[in-house]
Amino acid sequence: MATIAKSGAVKGPPVPSIVTKIVNSLRDLSNTLLIPALAILTAILVGSVMILLAGRDPIAAYTGLVEGAWLEPRGLVQSLLKTSPLILSGLAVGFAFKGGLFNIGAQGQLIVGSVAAAWAGYAFSGLPSWLHIILAMGAAAIAGALWGAIPGALKAYSGAHEVITTIMFNFIASRIAEWMISLGSADGKIPAGPLADPNSGAISRTKPVLDSARLPVVFEVPPPSVPNLNIGLFIAVAAAILIMLLVNRTTFGFELRMVGLNPSAAQYAGVNVKRMTISTMAIAGCLAGLAGAVQTLGINGYYEANQSLGLGFDSITVSLLASNNPIGIMFSAFMFGSMDQGTTRMQRSGVAPELILVIQALILMFIAAPQIIRWLYRVRVSGKGGQKLSTGWGQR
Amino acid sequence: MDILGLTITTGAVIATLNATIRQAIPITLGSQSGLLSERSSIVNIGIEGMMLMSAFSGYMMNSYLSGSDISTFADDNMRLGVCVLVGVLTGGLMGLFHALLCIRYKVDHIISGTVVNILAAGVTGYFYNAQTETKGKIPPLISNPWEKGDFLYNVGAVLFDKDIITYLTFVIVGFIAFALFRTVWGLRTRSIGENPRAADTLGINVYRLQYTNLFFSGALAGLAGAYLTLADVGVFERGMTAGKGFIALAVMIFGKWHPVGALMGALLFGFLTALQSQLQFFGIVVPHQLVALIPYAVTVIVLAGFVGRARPPAHVGQAYEVE
Repeated sequence: MATIAKSGAVKGPPVPSIVTKIVNSLRDLSNTLLIPALAILTAILVGSVMILLAGRDPIAAYTGLVEGAWLEPRGLVQSLLKTSPLILSGLAVGFAFKGGLFNIGAQGQLIVGSVAAAWAGYAFSGLPSWLHIILAMGAAAIAGALWGAIPGALKAYSGAHEVITTIMFNFIASRIAEWMISLGSADGKIPAGPLADPNSGAISRTKPVLDSARLPVVFEVPPPSVPNLNIGLFIAVAAAILIMLLVNRTTFGFELRMVGLNPSAAQYAGVNVKRMTISTMAIAGCLAGLAGAVQTLGINGYYEANQSLGLGFDSITVSLLASNNPIGIMFSAFMFGSMDQGTTRMQRSGVAPELILVIQALILMFIAAPQIIRWLYRVRVSGKGGQKLSTGWGQR
Repeated sequence: MDILGLTITTGAVIATLNATIRQAIPITLGSQSGLLSERSSIVNIGIEGMMLMSAFSGYMMNSYLSGSDISTFADDNMRLGVCVLVGVLTGGLMGLFHALLCIRYKVDHIISGTVVNILAAGVTGYFYNAQTETKGKIPPLISNPWEKGDFLYNVGAVLFDKDIITYLTFVIVGFIAFALFRTVWGLRTRSIGENPRAADTLGINVYRLQYTNLFFSGALAGLAGAYLTLADVGVFERGMTAGKGFIALAVMIFGKWHPVGALMGALLFGFLTALQSQLQFFGIVVPHQLVALIPYAVTVIVLAGFVGRARPPAHVGQAYEVE
């Protein structure tokens, strides 16, 4: 051992010192963070112009945004609560992208997961809490996985494109969920949906989840604030790390990336592309289903129509913003969750919440087209340029 | 009673057919928009946003010109014409914006389309003011020439009493079908969709053709948006396109990237959507949510079973670098 190390030290190229290594990695880090930072800054500046156009005060609006999202315990907890499902649904999109599939269906998979979690959450009583939570999360994961696997199978065996089928499955999921929790007609001709809560007043929603299935609280906000931080966030972070390991460290992940880069080459190399397509979509659906469970068991305590409206589409942006990197998705999800939370406070200064959408769109655009940022700020950054995700419509 | 039953049925049939056309128009225009773009090798999932933005700009223009202090546009038709034009131009500019990101900045087409969609939802939602008021919408172009009670009146009730955009949509589909397969422009467009390198070698200015086609693609989505606020619904609501742009893409694939095929798909989808609101008039009692999912389920079944492996333009979705 010693001789090998010695000869290596003599013959090999000069080993860079620790200091050079640190300097280099810091330079890399600043290079990778410079474009996103400038992108966010520019988007905020454009947002200020829009606030001024509406005759409001940008400083007050942004101060409100930051205060509402981060500077109060209640706001911060809310931001983190909103981050948890976004991480999971962002992973659902990002994971599918790694396998060359565009999963617009996170929305539907999320709804199916929410409903399944709510059902399992109230239908079984007398279970110990840990078992009940696993059961409810499992129900959501399976429901989401099935809802994702169907478009995957359709793609694999009939060539129906997943962009279209997952969008259709979003509509179908939300209609079925609406029916399941509908209260029926007043004259009794149309019966109430199978999961509807007859004691909810006039609100269509499922029966409330039993306490044994609610996610345990890890941090209590001082009263009078109600929502507490639960383990949902940790489930989401664990999922992100697991997905990162799955994609980068396993044979399955290697095959997944191979199919994503070039399905024909993967097929030639002996990968079963059809099976990969189905399992990729199933895992993506499973993640989105868990996102729904985290929302239902951790936040609402029941499934209510439109409780996750827009979350599925936010998750696309969350994933794209992080270049589909599971670890990056945690941060972009936190940014989106915070923005979402902060808007309530921002609205007090008379600024419409849709401003956040404009800022999000601009950030995405500047990150996807870094040349604009380089041109604006005259910075030279060594980078790969735009990322490539889609392989067109019909390449497998 | 039988006769009474029959008259009710006739009325329901006419209502269903009219609703079919009403539903199909924006989707048809959207599918033609997607087609022009994809035939030029650029994926356009931003149709939804382009529609929404144009629906908004056309509506806001109508609201502005409806103001009492503007006397130039005393003529309603003139005013609405200008508004439609504004909507179409808005769409065209959005199309150019999408093209700029895809061609000049080599942004992934899906990302660029997503940017367009979110931007449109944000901008329209931000500047929309619920108190906005307008004066009316586009009147029917030709009114039913037959007398009520005449059998032909029923036919006329479907054929006539429609606004100009409805008729224009059918003309546009025919025109695109002709132009795409019978003109030099069509040949060039199809060639850059299949193999831009070969087209470039033959002296076709690939980028210029892509920009031109994307302008028209956006303009068609813009016309669809203008139809929504100026002819169909008459008012703007936040997120009023409600997935029509995506359904238009489904319909485009359903029609295998052919203008007439896409029109057929849009009519089928429109019919299924119309049926859902008419079913109760036929006396069928089912939870409306379950009826509402039929068009989406049928789209999936048709896509998976009947269309099968549709072949898109070969180069769609990939950036082309001129050498």
